[in-house]
Amino acid sequence: MEQKNPIKKINLICAKGAIEDVYATLILGNGAVMEGIETNIFFTFFGLDAILKNRMDKLHTAVVGNPALRLPGGLRMPTLLGVIPGMESFTSWMMKSEMSKLDIPPVSEFLDLIVAGGGKIYACKLATDMFKFRKEDFSEHVSDILTVGQFYELSGGEGSHIIFT
Amino acid sequence: MAQKIYAGKTVDVNEEGYFTNPSQWTKEIAVEIAKEEGIVLTDQHFAIMEFLRNKYNSGEALSIRSINHSGVIDVKTFYQLFPGAPLKKATKIAGIPKPASCI
Repeated sequence: MEQKNPIKKINLICAKGAIEDVYATLILGNGAVMEGIETNIFFTFFGLDAILKNRMDKLHTAVVGNPALRLPGGLRMPTLLGVIPGMESFTSWMMKSEMSKLDIPPVSEFLDLIVAGGGKIYACKLATDMFKFRKEDFSEHVSDILTVGQFYELSGGEGSHIIFT
Repeated sequence: MAQKIYAGKTVDVNEEGYFTNPSQWTKEIAVEIAKEEGIVLTDQHFAIMEFLRNKYNSGEALSIRSINHSGVIDVKTFYQLFPGAPLKKATKIAGIPKPASCI
């Protein structure tokens, strides 16, 4: 299946910090690395949780205001149930255990895999300043803290695509 | 179904060149497929291919993550041994079907 205009570079932006938002980014990113595509991932706003050393492996999924959330068995989960103490932790734990059955690694290990394959991880400067994070709060895999302009610069080139997850 | 001749032996492959019958594979054949991919095989290549073939034969899904648990090499070395798309290249040279894995 030789394509005429193959994708040469993928630049992903992750702006949200729920389990499913972060994993969508990481799976797309790692998948690109596995295909031999040059890969940059830019984390901003709540997406920064995915590269913060003390938060990356403790992400949660939203149980309130998430109309797609189903109980085991397929019944829709009423939003009101989401306010029960422990519901968010339980749901997040369920999500993680289902993912690990499919050999989907924890966030920290996922970053290891992406970087081992040559993928690059970046943090957004504005969001980093806003939340008052420092470089040392981030995983050692974060190669730089970039402005928007710098992100666009490194996303350039023929066959390069920007994806906002 | 297509056929190809490697090291004097006729083997069954699909349209992308992946083996459809892994039992037809030999080390001599691997050396020739690797040459097509621009790779010169070393003992390390053979060791990780053996791991992949064993995993395939036992019906387990292949993923890039499993390489770290192979006890043979880590993922970084895997990318160096099979530059570009390592899991696709390694399975092609190892004579097993292309993995249908997203991770």
